[in-house]
Amino acid sequence: MESTVETQGIRYHFIETKKFKTIHFVAKFKAPLQRDTITKRALIPYVLKEGTKSYPKRQLLRRKLDDLYGGMFSADGSKKGENHIITIRLELANPKFLPDNTAILEEGIALFKELLFHPIADGKAFIPAIIEREKQTLKQKIQSLADDKMQYANLRLIEEMCKGEPYSIRVHGYEEDLNEVDHKGLYEYYQNMIKEDELDVYVVGDFNRREMEQTLSKYLQRDVHPMKKISLSGEKRISKQKEVIERQAVQQAKLHIGYRTNITFKDEEYPALHVFNGLFGGFPSSKLFMNVREKHSLAYYASSRMESHKGLLFVFSGIAPENYTKTKNIIREQFEAMKAGEFTEQALCEVKDLISNQLLETMDHPQGMVELLYQQVLADTEQDPKELIAKIKAVTKKDVIDAAKKIEEDTVYLLTEEGGNASA
Amino acid sequence: MPVHKQHYAHIGETIYSEKLDNGLSVFLLPKKEMAKTYSIFSTNYGSIDQTFVPIGKQEKITVPEGIAHFLEHKLFEKKDRDVFADFSKQGASANAFTSFTKTAYLFSATSQIEKNVETLLDFVQEPFFSDESVEKEKGIIAQEIKMYDDQPEWQAFMSALKAMFAHHPVHIDIAGTVESISKITKEDLYTCYETFYHPDNMTLFIAGNFDVDTMMDLIKTNQEKKQFRKTDAIIREYPEEPPEVYQKEKKVTMAVSVPKCTIGIKEYGKELDKKVYLKKEMLTNIVLDYLFSKGGAFYEKLYEENLIDESFYFETNLEKNFGYSLIGTNTNNPDAFSRRCKELLLSTASLPVTEEDVERMKRKKIGQLLRSMNSLEFIANKFIHYRQQDISFFDLIPFVQTLTLADVREFLKNWIQEEKLSVCTIMNE
Repeated sequence: MESTVETQGIRYHFIETKKFKTIHFVAKFKAPLQRDTITKRALIPYVLKEGTKSYPKRQLLRRKLDDLYGGMFSADGSKKGENHIITIRLELANPKFLPDNTAILEEGIALFKELLFHPIADGKAFIPAIIEREKQTLKQKIQSLADDKMQYANLRLIEEMCKGEPYSIRVHGYEEDLNEVDHKGLYEYYQNMIKEDELDVYVVGDFNRREMEQTLSKYLQRDVHPMKKISLSGEKRISKQKEVIERQAVQQAKLHIGYRTNITFKDEEYPALHVFNGLFGGFPSSKLFMNVREKHSLAYYASSRMESHKGLLFVFSGIAPENYTKTKNIIREQFEAMKAGEFTEQALCEVKDLISNQLLETMDHPQGMVELLYQQVLADTEQDPKELIAKIKAVTKKDVIDAAKKIEEDTVYLLTEEGGNASA
Repeated sequence: MPVHKQHYAHIGETIYSEKLDNGLSVFLLPKKEMAKTYSIFSTNYGSIDQTFVPIGKQEKITVPEGIAHFLEHKLFEKKDRDVFADFSKQGASANAFTSFTKTAYLFSATSQIEKNVETLLDFVQEPFFSDESVEKEKGIIAQEIKMYDDQPEWQAFMSALKAMFAHHPVHIDIAGTVESISKITKEDLYTCYETFYHPDNMTLFIAGNFDVDTMMDLIKTNQEKKQFRKTDAIIREYPEEPPEVYQKEKKVTMAVSVPKCTIGIKEYGKELDKKVYLKKEMLTNIVLDYLFSKGGAFYEKLYEENLIDESFYFETNLEKNFGYSLIGTNTNNPDAFSRRCKELLLSTASLPVTEEDVERMKRKKIGQLLRSMNSLEFIANKFIHYRQQDISFFDLIPFVQTLTLADVREFLKNWIQEEKLSVCTIMNE
């Protein structure tokens, strides 16, 4: 269903489907995660929302979007493996369902071009007032990261665990680096980004493919031939088991554990790792939820999630501070049980269905669909979701045990109350 | 009553519905292009339904705070098993939620849909509560309550409701308190269950990839096998709530890096006439969006004056017998934000609005509605919400088209008064 074509410096992915009442345009700019560019890259999405050449004020831009039947525009930065991705999305109502069949598509694409390539600037630099204001906004965002304890604990775990590796770089950048960012330097970096980054554009919805391609190529061009493929070192790290305890005024402690899976998306063992995660902590029926929460009533949540491109696995749990050691031991026991193959053929079968269900459901959401398909770009493979599902269905008990044996515990992180005795 | 078929040509959707003999309302929305099916079984019973006459009794009673949510947790547990596991075995992911006015059980799946629908109906309609399991659940829910206690967002939300509503139970935490849930007994659960989980008080909505005839037959056969008491309309009681806010200002201290400030607009505190409801809801949504979304006149002012940041949000929740809107942000200057925001709100009565503005508001709303229809979950949940007011969710786009400049002006004239506004601040000591 996905057809890919590379032209004028852009890799297009067309996904024609009748599932949705809107048409989605998604651009993804990809570059390696680096400490000296991350704060700039974190700031750029904020700046892009402030206006374009033809709509030089945010209010004018928003008004234009409203006129296009509430077009939805968003821009954000994310981290996938050791890449940083800036994603720009424009979602338009499909003219088929509009009262007067208004022709908003071409206008929308013209706007998309401006959002990507012509943000408001004075030729050589961004507008100083905008940059200073958005630096402030980003600064507050960085400061408020500490408020969501689950998110904070996960961020700290990754920092401790991946110290010295690009993956430890914070996706929102650093407060201390913001001072050095100015309207000129940022503009220079942005110009570099739109030329040098890998650029993928996804179009999802019910549209005429030929017309769509023509209209897009009329508006979008980059003068880079051919696109540079950016590849990462992918060097393997050795796990160093360590324990980090941090104290704050919290009532509920967060116990998060990081593992190295030594398996990434393009590896043969990846489908087995998916199944491992499903059995271990990916679902309410998984070992972690059943044992930590249901059997011992130790936590409100207890689950695991994998990071597919760096090869990590995280366990999350929210517990009463005094239950730290007990919970940690149960999590470790469950991990050992996985390695020892202590799960039934039936559980294996069920979890494979659950994962396939989850992947198929993700394909029912326009954004989920794009994220799933983009994994192929990230991993530089041609394994589409259908193939992945087929491989997951073929995973055997032995495959799961083999994958489990490759996984190593790395860092235990505990965020707990002040004063107490956590190592009890 | 035969199956009722309603086609909505403007969006190309068809809904099949039927009210069964036992009172259950069933709605089916087949969408063959989707991989999945989403099914939600919802009772018209939420955290605000604390005082009522139990089924078969004459006298009203008041039950402990948090019981609807407690009941939701307990329905998943059966004598010999956990229902989550049953769904898992059938490749489905199940969930549930309790809101102020509803408790709903749901699953989504891409295979074994019919079997999963039966599981959904059966587990909700076959409760099993024991003293032992009730006690065990108290520990789990206490953890959940404590997790919410640590979340500044949730505290800001509940504190704003407490500031606005003096008596209406919407000001009570949905999960209750550690103390209130400790009083819940097995008997309380059965009383609430039998009263509010009668099919006559419930709706089943299924959207996605399934066959309509097979599904309707399956549901009927399943329901015919079960016995339910005859019932009259449930008598619920809500305290008298004045139109003005309880507290104009409220300060809460907890550890936050940036203070949070929320302006609450108390829209109403007693039952609204069904005829005015839809217009009120739509206009409140459209106008708030027009003023406070990015690019909106008020948003731009607050932003330029450095009073708000990315965390800024606004929302409105209008139900049958209460309604509120919230406007909030993280800010280092909560006093300046609240003063300015109140000033702006109070200026709306004489706000100049043009024909062009109204056209833009309507276009935006139509686009938003179409976008929301990408999601089966959203369609099903909204459908159930509007049905309580005898409105079909799929009629909203044509309704938006009928709104006029005069409607917007009339709404603005009466919307805000000083005594309907609360300011709630969360900050460090």
